[in-house]
Amino acid sequence: MYNKGLIIPGLVVFVFIATFPLWYNGLSAGTAPKPEPPPGGEKTCVAPKEVMRSQHMVMLNQWRDEALRDGLRTAVPADGKEYRKGLQLACMSCHTNKDKFCDACHNYVAVQPYCWSCHLAPADIAAKKEKP
Amino acid sequence: MIEKALKGTPIYWGWLALLLALMVLGAACYIRQFLFGMALTGMGRDLSWGLYISQFTFLVGVAAGGLMLVLPFYIHDYKVFGRLTILGEFLAISAIVMCLMFVMADIGQPIRALNMILHPTPNSMLFWDMVVLVGYLTLNIICGWVILTAEKKEVKPPKWGYFFVSVSIPFAVSIHTVTAMLYCGLPSRHFWLSAITAPRFLASAFAAGPSLILIFCAIMKKFAHFDAGKEAVNKLITIIMYAAIINAFFVCMEFFVGYYSNVPGHMHSLEYLFFGLEHDGHVYNNLVPIMWTSVIMCFAGLAVFAYMKLAKAQTDTLVVLGCALTFLSLFLDKGLGFVLGGLVVNPLNQITEYYPTLNEIFVSTGIWATGFFLVTVLYKIAVAVEHEVEA
Amino acid sequence: MDNNRRSFLKIAGITALAGIGAPVAAHLSSSPAFANSENNAAAQTGHEAAGESEKHSGVRLGMVIDMRKFYGQPDMLDKVIASCNKAHNIPHIVDGNGKTDRKSEIKWIWKAPYADVFADQWVEQSVAHPSKTIAENDFLVLCNHCNQPACVRVCPTKATFVLKENGIVAMDYHRCIGCRFCMMACPYGARSFNWKDPRPYISEYNPNFPTRMRGVVEKCTFCEERLALGQQPACVEAVQDSNAIVFGDLNNPESQIRQVLARENTIQRSPAYGTQPSVFYIV
Repeated sequence: MYNKGLIIPGLVVFVFIATFPLWYNGLSAGTAPKPEPPPGGEKTCVAPKEVMRSQHMVMLNQWRDEALRDGLRTAVPADGKEYRKGLQLACMSCHTNKDKFCDACHNYVAVQPYCWSCHLAPADIAAKKEKP
Repeated sequence: MIEKALKGTPIYWGWLALLLALMVLGAACYIRQFLFGMALTGMGRDLSWGLYISQFTFLVGVAAGGLMLVLPFYIHDYKVFGRLTILGEFLAISAIVMCLMFVMADIGQPIRALNMILHPTPNSMLFWDMVVLVGYLTLNIICGWVILTAEKKEVKPPKWGYFFVSVSIPFAVSIHTVTAMLYCGLPSRHFWLSAITAPRFLASAFAAGPSLILIFCAIMKKFAHFDAGKEAVNKLITIIMYAAIINAFFVCMEFFVGYYSNVPGHMHSLEYLFFGLEHDGHVYNNLVPIMWTSVIMCFAGLAVFAYMKLAKAQTDTLVVLGCALTFLSLFLDKGLGFVLGGLVVNPLNQITEYYPTLNEIFVSTGIWATGFFLVTVLYKIAVAVEHEVEA
Repeated sequence: MDNNRRSFLKIAGITALAGIGAPVAAHLSSSPAFANSENNAAAQTGHEAAGESEKHSGVRLGMVIDMRKFYGQPDMLDKVIASCNKAHNIPHIVDGNGKTDRKSEIKWIWKAPYADVFADQWVEQSVAHPSKTIAENDFLVLCNHCNQPACVRVCPTKATFVLKENGIVAMDYHRCIGCRFCMMACPYGARSFNWKDPRPYISEYNPNFPTRMRGVVEKCTFCEERLALGQQPACVEAVQDSNAIVFGDLNNPESQIRQVLARENTIQRSPAYGTQPSVFYIV
């Protein structure tokens, strides 16, 4: 191999930089957050807890396409109640605590979904109401 | 071969450093725009395409202009252009990179740009423009590299190289045709809704592209001992003259159609661009000086070329002067007037004039600097290979 | 070694191309545009009538604006506009001096003089000799929800599209890349772009509707979200008492809107562009 003296140290430096976040946090991901359940005490979601945990983003995308593009705005039943398809209309009606429900995990895994640049969290709506 | 770009005179490095500084400034301004929004530009609800898209349109033409070198050499076996075709290909690469950067700078959600591929929409001309632009860029990278490698090894380019060159010829026409179709298929934009838009774009492209190449040739003759050859320059000037005259003829046809038919919509933009448009007692005429400068430059450029031909006095100074006049004239006409003039009257008959912001101007210069940086490095490689072969 | 590397690169290159090309090809072959062209071809080979009837079947929502009921009542126009702005969280964008910022403003339904709204029927005040009513009153302007929408034709991502069920020209803000090509194509100036974050300019939110983000285009959607709940569009509801705006299915001869159209003389904005607007005016 040519230029062994450059390539091998270079690779070592690259691996170090690429894995730096791991070293920096002492190889520990910190304590996993526990999202707060709905303050209103609702127990049943539109799908089982496990499905919601792993698939909520897929479901939201599907709802988005159905409601906006396919004209399928039929309500989704859960525990005798009906929810209109939509993040703001369905999810946030029970999970009014965006900070403690959505953000807790999203911040932990460092994802920033762009939902909130359009959709309103209950706190956003309340903040505007107080103003004269 | 890239290592050839790493050896150069202080002038070469100084020039690259200057371009790099402009690129950094442009990048900083773009980050501002990215974080705050397009409100940092001079565009608005009524005039919602501005400097970015007009530069894009012009540069597609510069990219297509290389065809005037490739076509005579490969199809008509016009040997004199042999040393120049690679310059046409490398200029096309740089120009298309600028085009793509201008489009990215112009869209409001650049992060979603891939939606054009994820949700391909064949009824949109923008989709086809992306297809032909990316295709032409790829073809030129392949052709440029294959030809230069062959030249370096002093062998004939491989047969499959010629295949890509032949495909690139209709692609060069298609990039500018499809770019014209962005404009000329919109029902209510009278200035653009003209079947002559695409031919006019092509004519101006075939003048602007070769003009820029001749200017680069003159610079390289002075600084890099690269001589394109008198006959090649002379022939290219003939091509530029014909293209510029055809372009001027097409513009005159627009005037005839507008003013003889007396249809207000067909006259508004021309009126605004060349004479000033009156509306509710106010005369709007921002672009009038620019458009007349363009007209004067066009004819001055033609006059310089004509003098050179008639007096058989082909000096580098005159070539550069004529080419610079032609290039700037077409830049003002297509790179500013065409887009801004077409948008000055909105669908509700209200008039909006355009004032680009400093931020927007710096982003644009940053993109131009990137293109010039690329073309400098690529030409440096091409000329170095040429010198190596000669030595 | 060299040969191996070369063949590896070849295979890698072809695989990458196939990877990029596959979704495009899959989409193209399943896209409605191509499916339609097959239908058209079938229609041309002797099924002309079948093709024609298919085009006009289904619901096509439209609107008749009876301007006579608005004349001399500018506050009625404002009421209509305000109801829409409130229902859709439309920002009132102002400049540093608190005046409406014409450059960045967002409008779904708004008012403008006759000369602007019906621009193609107007040359100059002195030549047109407008009636007093027309010269003194403003007219309502909104998206025409065209049957042949130019904006949908040019959109490169299908972010704006025609809803099959009702003919509404809808927007998917999640998909819009903000190229503003639709604003170029629209002959009615009905579309607005979010030049900056609209939220600071919204005084109170409608909790049942989102806002938009900067960098996307928006416009009137005929209150598609309200129709789904069985409600009338907000503007129609705002002037329900006077029945100044009639909303309904243009394809149904029995509908109220068709009866109004059969009874009254109506005009459309710039029908010569071939867009087949679905908004009609009684002037």
